[in-house]
Amino acid sequence: MYGRKKLMIDPAWCKGCGICAAFCPRQVLAVVNEKVTIQDPDSCVCCGLCEMRCPDYAIWLVNMEE
Amino acid sequence: MPSDLVHLYMRIDHLPQMWCPGCGNGVIMRDVAVAIDELIHDEESGVNREDIVIVSGIGCSSRAAGYLDFNSIHTTHGRAIAFASGIKMANPRLHVIVLTGDGDCSAIGGNHLIHAARRNLGLTVIAFNNDIYGMTGGQYSPTTPNGDKATTAPYGNVDRPFDIARLASGAGASFSARGDVYHARETIDIIKQAILHKGFSLVDVYSICPTYYGRKNKKGDAVEMLRWQKENLIPTARYYNMREDERADKKLIGILSYNDYPEYTEEYAKVIARSRESLKKNGGAKT
Repeated sequence: MYGRKKLMIDPAWCKGCGICAAFCPRQVLAVVNEKVTIQDPDSCVCCGLCEMRCPDYAIWLVNMEE
Repeated sequence: MPSDLVHLYMRIDHLPQMWCPGCGNGVIMRDVAVAIDELIHDEESGVNREDIVIVSGIGCSSRAAGYLDFNSIHTTHGRAIAFASGIKMANPRLHVIVLTGDGDCSAIGGNHLIHAARRNLGLTVIAFNNDIYGMTGGQYSPTTPNGDKATTAPYGNVDRPFDIARLASGAGASFSARGDVYHARETIDIIKQAILHKGFSLVDVYSICPTYYGRKNKKGDAVEMLRWQKENLIPTARYYNMREDERADKKLIGILSYNDYPEYTEEYAKVIARSRESLKKNGGAKT
């Protein structure tokens, strides 16, 4: 969580390509057993770069206000 | 249950998509969805969801017409622009967006591409350019770089590649641009401008194919291929701030050419008006 946003993952949609983890500016993510996992939730600033570059729409931000 | 964007603009029962792990096409398809979403929410743009038509041909890229939840049509190989031309001529009000691949639009459909560009017909063509025929097993395409390997070029490709953006602009397109997978935000903005452009607009989006092109040419996995894009494809502002020797082997991400040639359906409407006028005056067409 950061502000009112939260990072979500759907492992069933993840194909483990590792793009999100490689280009995360805060090293929040890692691919474990071919699925992305949140390793360091406290460092996440919810910039959304992972969502923007995920080819499989398996990772995204939700607005907690709604 | 993925993001709101996916729920809003994609056919959720067709997802997750069938592209390979790390394929750039998913990112480009999302770029298109975000671009449309931002235009719909921008009242000044005048874009309505009902006026969007997605047309695709055949190939990995062209699966996108099935995934995107708009008026959509998945046509035959290379003919996406031909079908799109018919749709645009029948109803010029529509925003007709063609999602095609490098092979689909520059080999099999090469003539449709250059003639739609020459006429400056108001279509938006987004070419998912991954330098290879992925769906059929990795044959070289018109954009495979010279010397690179493919299943049909095991000792290196003899051909020299097309630069699709420059091809379109040379053929008369009034808007030609280049995007990529890594610079998603920049590419979304380019796609928005392309959709709003009145004449023929083409965005050559550099995709990545880790499965065939990447593996055959030892380019590494998806992450390595995106690193290459990050270092070698440079967004406009930074590109023009670089010294000439610095940017010698880099490529520009942004708008390559832009002008205000007359748009085809508008010119065609004028011909219809002139013929009607002539009929009214003379009671028939002059022979």
